[in-house]
Amino acid sequence: MNYRAVWAIYRFEMSRAWRTLMQSIVSPVLSTSLYFVVFGTAIGSRIPQIEGVSYGAFIVPGLIMLSLLTQSVANASFGIYFPRFSGTIYELLSAPVSPLEVVLGYVGAAASKSILLGVVILATAAFFVDLHIAHPILMISFLVLTAVTFSLFGFIIGLWADGFERLQVIPLLVITPLTFLGGTFYSIKMLPEFWQTVSHFNPVVYLVSGFRWSFFEISDVDVTVSIAATVAFMLACLAVISWMFKTGYRLKN
Amino acid sequence: MQPIINVSEISKTYASGFQALKSVNLSIDKGEILALLGPNGAGKTTLISIICGIVNPSSGSVTVDGMDIARDYRAVRSMIGLVPQELTTDAFETVWNTTSFSRGLFGKPSNPKHIEKVLRDLSLWDKKDRKVRELSGGMKRRLLIAKALSHEPRILFLDEPTAGVDVELRKDMWQSVRELRASGVTVILTTHYIEEAEEMADRIGVINHGEIVLVERKDELMRKLGKKQLVLQLNSALDAIPSGLAQFGLELGADRNQLIYTYDTRAERTGITSLLSAMGAAGVSFSDLDTTQSSLEDIFVDLVKASR
Repeated sequence: MNYRAVWAIYRFEMSRAWRTLMQSIVSPVLSTSLYFVVFGTAIGSRIPQIEGVSYGAFIVPGLIMLSLLTQSVANASFGIYFPRFSGTIYELLSAPVSPLEVVLGYVGAAASKSILLGVVILATAAFFVDLHIAHPILMISFLVLTAVTFSLFGFIIGLWADGFERLQVIPLLVITPLTFLGGTFYSIKMLPEFWQTVSHFNPVVYLVSGFRWSFFEISDVDVTVSIAATVAFMLACLAVISWMFKTGYRLKN
Repeated sequence: MQPIINVSEISKTYASGFQALKSVNLSIDKGEILALLGPNGAGKTTLISIICGIVNPSSGSVTVDGMDIARDYRAVRSMIGLVPQELTTDAFETVWNTTSFSRGLFGKPSNPKHIEKVLRDLSLWDKKDRKVRELSGGMKRRLLIAKALSHEPRILFLDEPTAGVDVELRKDMWQSVRELRASGVTVILTTHYIEEAEEMADRIGVINHGEIVLVERKDELMRKLGKKQLVLQLNSALDAIPSGLAQFGLELGADRNQLIYTYDTRAERTGITSLLSAMGAAGVSFSDLDTTQSSLEDIFVDLVKASR
């Protein structure tokens, strides 16, 4: 195992985050604060409690998930796409590193950044609403699991994309709608029965529901189903990545 | 000398159907400087990319220091430094960070002393805290060399190292490469500047249309190069070379009207004077004379034409 290479990639990617601090930390925090002001305080004060939780607090787990998903995908896809675009990927390909080490470095850094972001948003949320976390360890586990899973997913997009537009397509057309329709701002129990059934095909529902359960012990689906669904998606991403490396997909001719 | 790289029957056909390499065999000696000469699109970069693990070969195998490049990729790749042809750099990183990154990526423990030495040798030390995008083209080229040398490779590939580098800097670079060779590093460089191959290489390989046309020691090529021909235009055609001129190894040229004498300019005596007096004695007179010398460029052009 070439630990030094993993560390080198990790550090390199993290230093990119510090260089773009505004973009990677400050702007998500600002947009989350806006959500709290609009939905939590302005509109939320007129919405009754949901299963005993004030609306302002109810949306906190969903908002963290929203940022976690979009930022994990954005970070990881850009991290591997940019060297492919600029050509610096030659060095990675000619280095004594295994696919696993490459993934550990890139995905590890992308996931670290989104976990950090999740924690920052949580801290921001604490300014606006009273929060208590029922199961802190489970909450952290969900945070980490989701960050890793969606960073893996972003890594796949970064390998697949052959232009900057394509890099944007999946986050914009798939991740964002699924997140908004995944119970970020509402409980899917509030939907008509038909749309509740449809919602069960949305993987984000399981993430948000499980994450919310770790805060308030209320959920749309059983928490074990949530964990199982997330782990299954993570394994699927790993399988796709190992296939990509095995075939040299868009990395090697 | 013991070969450090052995390329055996390597072929490469890209997905587009373009066949870049056709059953290439090449053996590179430990500690030598090998120059691969060839026109654009000949397959130089593909060959290098296969050895370095950037391109998968369609068939054939490569061993480095006795190890297979696919099976023992870790051991093989940690021995190799690659300087690519394109100026691909991390624009927003500093010179120091990007060079240190390369060392880490190749699994070497951090060694600021070594990085400092490499940067100083390539006159980049005073730029170490600069962002890469602020560097000039020549500096970027040297930075790529610094990155490749950061992990102390035993084999260095230089793909068109002096493209876009001014004359002054080119001379410095050649000097650096010679110093590397002196420290035991095997250097493989591709170029389409004949001058560069002539200046640097121990051996020269000519590659064209995906095939190795020739691999020869440079001094061997230079010896051929050192030969000159004297062409004497005769006043009257000869049926045969007179016996008095037999010792000169002459050839009869066009329409038996020319005598061609091949001699070595670097020999102590060219033999021209004695040839001319022997001709006088044999009663062969001439109206004109001309000398020609084939350059490495001519040899190269002929080879490339012949393999077309």
